[in-house]
Amino acid sequence: MSFLKRKANSARRSPFAAAIVIALGLLLSGGGYAVASGAVTSANASDPYKSAANIAAGKKLFLANCASCHGQNAGGTSAAPSLIGVGAASVDFQVSSGRMPGQGSGPQMPSKTPQFDDQQVIELAAYVASLAPGPEVPSDAAVMANGNAERGGSLFRTNCAMCHNAVGAGGALTEGKYAPNLMDSEPREIYEAMITGPQNMPVFSDANLTPTDKKDIITYLTYVQDHKSPGGYELANLGPVAEGLFAWIFLLGLIIGITIWLGAKSN
Amino acid sequence: MSDNSNGLVPSSGESDEYAYSAGAGLVLSDAIADPGIEPHRVRMTDKSVKHEKAAERQVSAMFVISILGSIFAIFAYFFWPLDEANLDAVRINTMFLGLGITLGLFGIGFGAVHWAKTLMPDAEVSEERHQTRGTEENRARAVEIIKLADSESGFSRRKLIRRTMYGALALFPLPAIVFFKDMTTEANPVEKLRHTMWQANKRLVQDPSGVPIKAAEVTVGSAFHVIPEGLIEADHMLGEKSKAAVLLVRLDPQDIHSAKEADWGYEGIVAYSKICTHVGCPVALYEQHTHHLLCPCHQSTFDITNDCAVVFGPATRALPQLKIGIDAEGYLIAKGDFEEPVGPSFWERKAN
Repeated sequence: MSFLKRKANSARRSPFAAAIVIALGLLLSGGGYAVASGAVTSANASDPYKSAANIAAGKKLFLANCASCHGQNAGGTSAAPSLIGVGAASVDFQVSSGRMPGQGSGPQMPSKTPQFDDQQVIELAAYVASLAPGPEVPSDAAVMANGNAERGGSLFRTNCAMCHNAVGAGGALTEGKYAPNLMDSEPREIYEAMITGPQNMPVFSDANLTPTDKKDIITYLTYVQDHKSPGGYELANLGPVAEGLFAWIFLLGLIIGITIWLGAKSN
Repeated sequence: MSDNSNGLVPSSGESDEYAYSAGAGLVLSDAIADPGIEPHRVRMTDKSVKHEKAAERQVSAMFVISILGSIFAIFAYFFWPLDEANLDAVRINTMFLGLGITLGLFGIGFGAVHWAKTLMPDAEVSEERHQTRGTEENRARAVEIIKLADSESGFSRRKLIRRTMYGALALFPLPAIVFFKDMTTEANPVEKLRHTMWQANKRLVQDPSGVPIKAAEVTVGSAFHVIPEGLIEADHMLGEKSKAAVLLVRLDPQDIHSAKEADWGYEGIVAYSKICTHVGCPVALYEQHTHHLLCPCHQSTFDITNDCAVVFGPATRALPQLKIGIDAEGYLIAKGDFEEPVGPSFWERKAN
């Protein structure tokens, strides 16, 4: 007690007292912040798109596979657009469908066998998402096909069918571009395409098509994918041109064949 | 001529002159003679009893297939019934019914033709065609009958009757043409083509939900399919929609190359009629990077950064732009109707 008393008494006039108090305060608040942010980091560890390890691995993959066109800092070049702010959803859509990395320039990047496995796609997406905020990869619940298929069909016919065909069979656009067939598209891909607007597709933000609308559209497309045409073989659902061509070549060919058989003499 | 490599020798041998006759274009002195009917070829079924029996079995097999097909169609009708709740059942029902009926009919047809070709007599018989012109006697008799009918009816003589009959025949279709007037009940139907449901302060709402659109919600790169507020409840909803449908996009204001387009829009948000000026299909295929608007019917392409001018295809006029602004709550509103008629040209439309 006497020691403390003496210390307090002697420190009262110490010229270092103020400095010590400030240093102590800084140390406490800084340490507290470090502990708190450490807790935040550990909470995010469950989200693979925010994990520091994935971001670091993604950066390496990016520099090796994407930077030649999109730039060292993903800021874009004359060959490819900037990826700042495109979000994890965009990367997941483009890379997991094999559209990226692209194989060559052309009117449109086609879907092909993916070059990266699922973990690498997550790493790339985490890196690009770390550059600037953008659309996130949707949760499994958001893309579950348990909405209203009838309402989804109505929304699809208004917003999507003019390019993708009324049953999602795809169609041609200008100058060699095309709207792809949706018959093999997974719900997550469809959702990501709507929120990111890949290539020349317009973006359908949540104000335009609400998450419920998107779920209904996915439900409609899943229904169409799972239910074959009641009219028999659908000729890829391409409409009157394909059907007319079939009738002219195969049915007319059959009629000509029968006519020749009718007129031919028997041996 | 005797060393002519084709081996043909003129039949008369007199000269190379051609003989002409009325009706025939050209008669060559070295014409190929009529080869007559091809010599009769005996069929295997005529030569061997074995083949004849085989053909007989084939024909009956065809008829048996037909019988089985018809029975199968009846069986399929009951065994794979229609189920309205299950479209797959519809597919299976129609497929098997069709298959059974097809076999039922094709079996009869193929069997009958095969029978005729293999077993019925096939000796060639020629039947000469005769001239279509009648004999002089018949022709004279026909003229006589017509003249008699004319004199008995007085058709040539009684001009009053003849002329009034012509008049009656000419007038009787006219009422049907006048009835076309009832295809529209409007006093001036052309006005319907000139105007749409859009008017000042009418909100732009989403198709098909009817939700109004805030300017802030229209982000660059997005495309909204828009109808006028109140359209869903309107009389003749589809008729009004076919004129008033609009596509709304937001462009980067720097990309807009037309001062009028920027002025009629709102901070880069522009609204254009979705009705193609060619034949009225909905032009809604928007490419967000090329800013092309494509019509799916005949590939007319419009440049949305340059007042929707035609850049490709059969359309000849730009898409009409809707003047838009915002109201006090920030929702997009029209500032009036389109300033020119939307859609394809019509007779009374002034050229521009």
